[in-house]
Amino acid sequence: MAALSRSEAEERAPSPVTVDLRESGVRALNAELHAPTAAAYEVLNPLGAHSIGAGIAHEIDVHVRGNAGYFCAGMNQRGRVVVDGSAGNGVAENMMSGSVRVRGDASQAAGATGRGGLLVIEGRASMRCGISMKGIDIVVGGDIGAMGAFMAQAGRLVVCGDVGDGLGDSIYEARIYVRGTVGTLGADCVEKEMRDEHRAELAELLAAAGLDHSVDEFRRYGSGRTLYHFTSEHSASY
Amino acid sequence: MCGIIGLHLRDPELHPMLGSLLDDMLCGVSERGPDSVGVAVYGDEQRNPPGQSAVSVLHAPGDLDVAVGALLPNRPSVTATRTGDTTVLAAPVAAEALTAAVAAAAPDALVVGRGDDLVVYKGVGHPSDLAVTYGLREVTGWQGLAHTRMATESAIIPEGCHPYSVGPNQCLVHNGSFSNHATVRRDLQRAGVSFDSENDSEVGARFVAACLAEGDDLEKALLRLGETFDGFYTLLVTSEEGFAVVRDEIACKPAVIAEHPRWVAMASEFRALADLPGIGEARVWEPDPGKVYTWQR
Repeated sequence: MAALSRSEAEERAPSPVTVDLRESGVRALNAELHAPTAAAYEVLNPLGAHSIGAGIAHEIDVHVRGNAGYFCAGMNQRGRVVVDGSAGNGVAENMMSGSVRVRGDASQAAGATGRGGLLVIEGRASMRCGISMKGIDIVVGGDIGAMGAFMAQAGRLVVCGDVGDGLGDSIYEARIYVRGTVGTLGADCVEKEMRDEHRAELAELLAAAGLDHSVDEFRRYGSGRTLYHFTSEHSASY
Repeated sequence: MCGIIGLHLRDPELHPMLGSLLDDMLCGVSERGPDSVGVAVYGDEQRNPPGQSAVSVLHAPGDLDVAVGALLPNRPSVTATRTGDTTVLAAPVAAEALTAAVAAAAPDALVVGRGDDLVVYKGVGHPSDLAVTYGLREVTGWQGLAHTRMATESAIIPEGCHPYSVGPNQCLVHNGSFSNHATVRRDLQRAGVSFDSENDSEVGARFVAACLAEGDDLEKALLRLGETFDGFYTLLVTSEEGFAVVRDEIACKPAVIAEHPRWVAMASEFRALADLPGIGEARVWEPDPGKVYTWQR
């Protein structure tokens, strides 16, 4: 079935269409979400199933009532996905646009390689949060584990709690804001000055995530830019 | 890949349901390891009656119970129950005596579990089929674990199944791979330890058993394992005392722990925990790298 425009879909189904994953599988759900005939969906009994809402490419709302497994809302474009529970590995991996909100905790590699959109994790995120992020914005209400923003290339990562070891290891670019403590900084990740433009963008990100911390409680980290080029005076050590 | 599940029941009212809970959990990790399954059960009074020991054996000849009974003092009654590839022998003697009698009666058979509170099953096939073969839903007891295997470094044969149970009432299951297992194996062999398989995980189990035999508790043994072994691992280790979980310092192999007043569970993925009673109120988290988590009975 061809996808309907959002206004056509709203006209046809003004309240969310309910899909119970105990009755229909993830493949059937995702096929519907890829060519949506409604503007909003409610997913019941996710029970940790993998790939719920992966590959959404339309402006739809998807509300997952429970815990999602791996790769939930992966590759999301334009969709708005809320998980009322925890999410497994790789939530919103390679997101392009739209938003994903996890009300509980997220497992490893949340927002990995994401190119755009907003990922909000209200609880904690595990290791490798924002690994290789390429433009996504990630806001975590609690702590994140080790190796956050590993090889991050672009985008913003905001952590309202504490950060594990190796933050921003081998970072290219991307701006990282941390409210709590940082275990250790990874190679070439350094603390940087908080200027007005950083306070402004941080305030915008916190507001978008629905959090009301003061921006003055955060510190900024980013690339020391010493790993960008080989330097001839160090050639003997390569 | 490979999948792990483990369940430690704190509430005795749940003991009759151990098997059905384990079976539901097993469904959640079957995609992670579709080629073989091993199960260990603690406290099933039908399969390992009180006052008796049980020994789980692969490649058991048909009349093993008779041959073993003839070798034991006072010729006690020995029961043999064949379940797929695994035969469980039970008799009112010490586990070591029963193990020795099995080795003497059937030198080609392989003992894959022994104890006075433990039964181990191993076999090749899909988890949903093997759960039926093992009669998993009928299992009772206070603790159980299972491993679904996707073999990467040794053959798909019953001997390659986890758990590795190399000491009385001990079990170890492993998701990952040890890279220096050959070196550690040689060190242990020089110290007099013998091996049943080429499997890297068996080396981990033998190492832990050696530490426990030296008087370490489970936490100390697993910290020593972390100092000695290179590689990737999430380990679940059980004994008659309880239950321990550890991941390596890089922690790329998954693990989720859930703790509830009535039970403690761990699994490779949350979906294996999703049907546990009261999961909505349980504390659910991913174990930190390099940290040993233990629960005592």
